[in-house]
Amino acid sequence: MDLRFGDSKPTDEEKTAVDDLLGPPPSAWEGADDRTTGDLRWALGGRDARERRDLLLPGLHAVNDRVGWISEGALTYLCRRLTVPPAEAYGVATFYSMFSMRPRPATVVHVCTDIACAAAPGADAFQAEVERRLGPAGEPRDGAVWQPSPCLGLCERAPAALSIRAGHGCPSAAGPGGGVPANGASPNGSSPAPSGPAPGEATYATAVVAPATAEAVEAAARAPEDAPEEPSAALAVPQAGEPGLRLLSRIGVADPESLDEYRANGGYRALRRAFALGPAGVLREVTDSGLVGRGGAAFPTGRKWQATASQPDQPHYVVCNADESEPGTFKDRVLMEGDPFALIESMTIAGYATGAHKGYLYLRGEYPRALRLLTNAITQARARGLLGDDVLGMGYAFDIEIRRGAGAYICGEETALFNSLEGHRGEPRSKPPFPVEKGLFGKPTAANNVETLVNVLSVLELGAEAYAAIGTGKSTGPKLFCVSGNVERPGIYELPFGATLGDLLRLAGATDDLRAVLLGGAAGGFVRGDELDIPLTFEGTREAGTTLGSGVVLALDSSVPLPRILLRIAEFFRDESCGQCVPCRIGTVRQEEALHRIAERVGTSGGAEGSADDIALLREVGEAMRDASICGLGQTAWNAVESAIDRLGAYA
Amino acid sequence: MTAVPLDPPRRLVEFELDGEPTRVPDGSTILDACRSAGKDIPTLCQGETLEPKNACRVCVVEVEGARTLAPACSRKAEPGMTVRTDTERARHSRKLVLELLASATDLSTTPRASEWIKEYGAKPDRFGAEAATMNEPPKIDNDLYVRDYDKCILCYKCVDACGEQWQNSFAISMAGRGFDARISTEHDAPLTDSACVYCGNCIEVCPTGALSFKSEFDMREAGTWDEERQTQTTTVCAYCGVGCNLTLHVQDNEIVKVSSPLDNPVTHGNLCIKGRFGYQHVGGGNPAGA
Ligand code: SF4
Ligand code: SF4
Ligand code: SF4
Ligand code: FES
Repeated sequence: MDLRFGDSKPTDEEKTAVDDLLGPPPSAWEGADDRTTGDLRWALGGRDARERRDLLLPGLHAVNDRVGWISEGALTYLCRRLTVPPAEAYGVATFYSMFSMRPRPATVVHVCTDIACAAAPGADAFQAEVERRLGPAGEPRDGAVWQPSPCLGLCERAPAALSIRAGHGCPSAAGPGGGVPANGASPNGSSPAPSGPAPGEATYATAVVAPATAEAVEAAARAPEDAPEEPSAALAVPQAGEPGLRLLSRIGVADPESLDEYRANGGYRALRRAFALGPAGVLREVTDSGLVGRGGAAFPTGRKWQATASQPDQPHYVVCNADESEPGTFKDRVLMEGDPFALIESMTIAGYATGAHKGYLYLRGEYPRALRLLTNAITQARARGLLGDDVLGMGYAFDIEIRRGAGAYICGEETALFNSLEGHRGEPRSKPPFPVEKGLFGKPTAANNVETLVNVLSVLELGAEAYAAIGTGKSTGPKLFCVSGNVERPGIYELPFGATLGDLLRLAGATDDLRAVLLGGAAGGFVRGDELDIPLTFEGTREAGTTLGSGVVLALDSSVPLPRILLRIAEFFRDESCGQCVPCRIGTVRQEEALHRIAERVGTSGGAEGSADDIALLREVGEAMRDASICGLGQTAWNAVESAIDRLGAYA
Repeated sequence: MTAVPLDPPRRLVEFELDGEPTRVPDGSTILDACRSAGKDIPTLCQGETLEPKNACRVCVVEVEGARTLAPACSRKAEPGMTVRTDTERARHSRKLVLELLASATDLSTTPRASEWIKEYGAKPDRFGAEAATMNEPPKIDNDLYVRDYDKCILCYKCVDACGEQWQNSFAISMAGRGFDARISTEHDAPLTDSACVYCGNCIEVCPTGALSFKSEFDMREAGTWDEERQTQTTTVCAYCGVGCNLTLHVQDNEIVKVSSPLDNPVTHGNLCIKGRFGYQHVGGGNPAGA
């Protein structure tokens, strides 16, 4: 490989941002200022060079977090340090919506315009007021700029906004994982020593504003560090403290920052049981429990782990998919913020059972509090011998690294997630081969989402049989539901599989004029407000011609303009398509165009007739997207709109 | 005498293709099997010399038991599989993919596109006059070749040929996302400021004419490009000792472009700047570039 890097130079600040992550450059070839005689006999290539590519995303974060955007000089320097071709790094950087390749103010405010926030009362007035105070979206004013954002995972407190100010002390400064020392980040083993702040330098700050008022958003744009403390994660759990909860039992009970409180409330019992059972025993329990993945695909977890464990190829990896970005979903955030040690413990068990010694926790970039709490949890677990070379003194080595996403829904697709982690564009790979065979870094990988992993604790604590007795025959165990929209008590609910939609909505306090319920998020489907006896199981929803998906239950009353919501869904998929395959890349655009035409025609004479043509067109495009797209995004992009037409009679 | 290890004999895979029992060597794709059975499956992003990216999806077929259609170009034939290439469902997706592509992209220089559009009854116009298109002016920033991304279907072939699979120059990559995705140099810089070495291997693999010789581009603009009047002569490059095969495309006694046979076991269609562009001296003109 003969790379050409060009001559753009980083500024001192950009260089520091990268060096804080990677350590000082070992040679002039990597961008050190002074050439030494050693440089004449220096070579980096092959394995060393390739092994560092996965630090590209952390490196882009480091610069973007510190400076607010990524200049040519900064990208060039990062490429030199990691031996990545600049054109490829540019392709990666432009893939993520949280990065900017053009100068912009240090503070960026993401204002959610997605379904739950759009359905919140007064959503229009709120946005208009934000615009009055901060100027039009995308136009910098007084050192800040705001932009509309896809779902921020704060649906229970809609409308929501997230303000991020670039500056010193950003979470990426201390190594990949944010505050977590980099494992072998620099080839010479020198661990990076973060630089101190320059006088007068801005400090990195984030502010989560939800429920948001325009006034609070403006304040968070001016001074994110002064924003009031976010309400505790327990407030997102209306059932908090109730007896009988399993997945949510510690939320609002144990301090999420304290390992001792975690242990005092049952923490690390499951891992001890796992060690007592041995890896094969754990695999048996998980298989017998009937646990299936909670991310939407409902694949049996035991089978996935068995298949990973049995691969001769080494090493094996465990990946926690914490890139929850499905509009309407916020359960993983609440679990991570309310009970972070539980995830660390369950990833350790997954590693033990599948023969992995390294776990990656891929966390969506928009969750600053989860990042802080998980980083703290990992640090504490390491200090107490619950992670590291000898977990619990049992001779098993396991460690976890957090990697942050940077704003791309598609990275929740497991193979896209691997690509993203490896420093490539977050484009899904075609399957087969499946991840259990060739996953992260081409090695056998067990990838599970947060809720699935946390269920494993219950499986081991209760035993497979007792666990399988919860729920129904085919959908076993407890299930989390994210209830948002027009209900009195939005939040995360834990119910055994088999409860009906009505049961759940009664708990959450649905209004009388419930018009529609979106199940499974943007990739899911609508049901009518009177279809309340649908059982909330994988097989029950399938029988009812809909899907449970990731557990989203978004209630809409008649005040919500349905066509606007449908347009938003179409816009979401158009924005989030990775662009790799034709049916999705162009199909999602044609879908949005047709919905615009229909919306404009509504009310004009002859509207119904013209719309019938467009609806037929939508069906044809939708069918091809479902059949011929590479991944789930394109395959499901038409589901919600189709169900709204067929089930709700939208546009009739 | 040293023993030369022979490749182990390839196992045969038996499966059913359009109702016919079919046997292909292990590792063959469904497309390989279709082609040896004489079936014409449209393909765009598949290329003879590259790993298929299976991004265009015009080659989809129905595999029994699968939820979605499978790309014939990259799905390997598996024992016991039942594949149907000509079902309503598969034809529908192919038709739609052609329609979607033709509505967003200029396919006028894509070989066979109009033939397939007719065959599948695709009507790209039905998305309306307002349908979004690639909408890119041609990038003419050097004397050797033109990038006209209005014609680009984002098949990734040029990226793979420039990068890992052949040239290892990594001058171009996919940038952006979704409908805004484009082939781009770093920071969208002109080619002359990029890592491009003008080997032209990307032109060789481009299935749409989005990448073309400046000579061809200019002649097309002027309306003088006429393949009917062109002859092709394959010869050996005289610049260095590697001995690559060159195919000279000649119109009216002038070399108008140079390609290279894909089936050449040494070069697989790849050349360097001298072989690909250094032909002006033949006609007595100025030597090209570099
Ligand atoms: S379906 Fe969409 S998101 Fe998935 S690979 Fe294709 S273009 Fe990318
Ligand atoms: S320029 Fe040609 S080879 Fe490159 S992606 Fe576009 S169509 Fe494919
Ligand atoms: S094309 Fe380039 S490498 Fe090949 S023979 Fe000609 S000069 Fe040599
Ligand atoms: S030729 Fe198979 S997907 Fe393009």
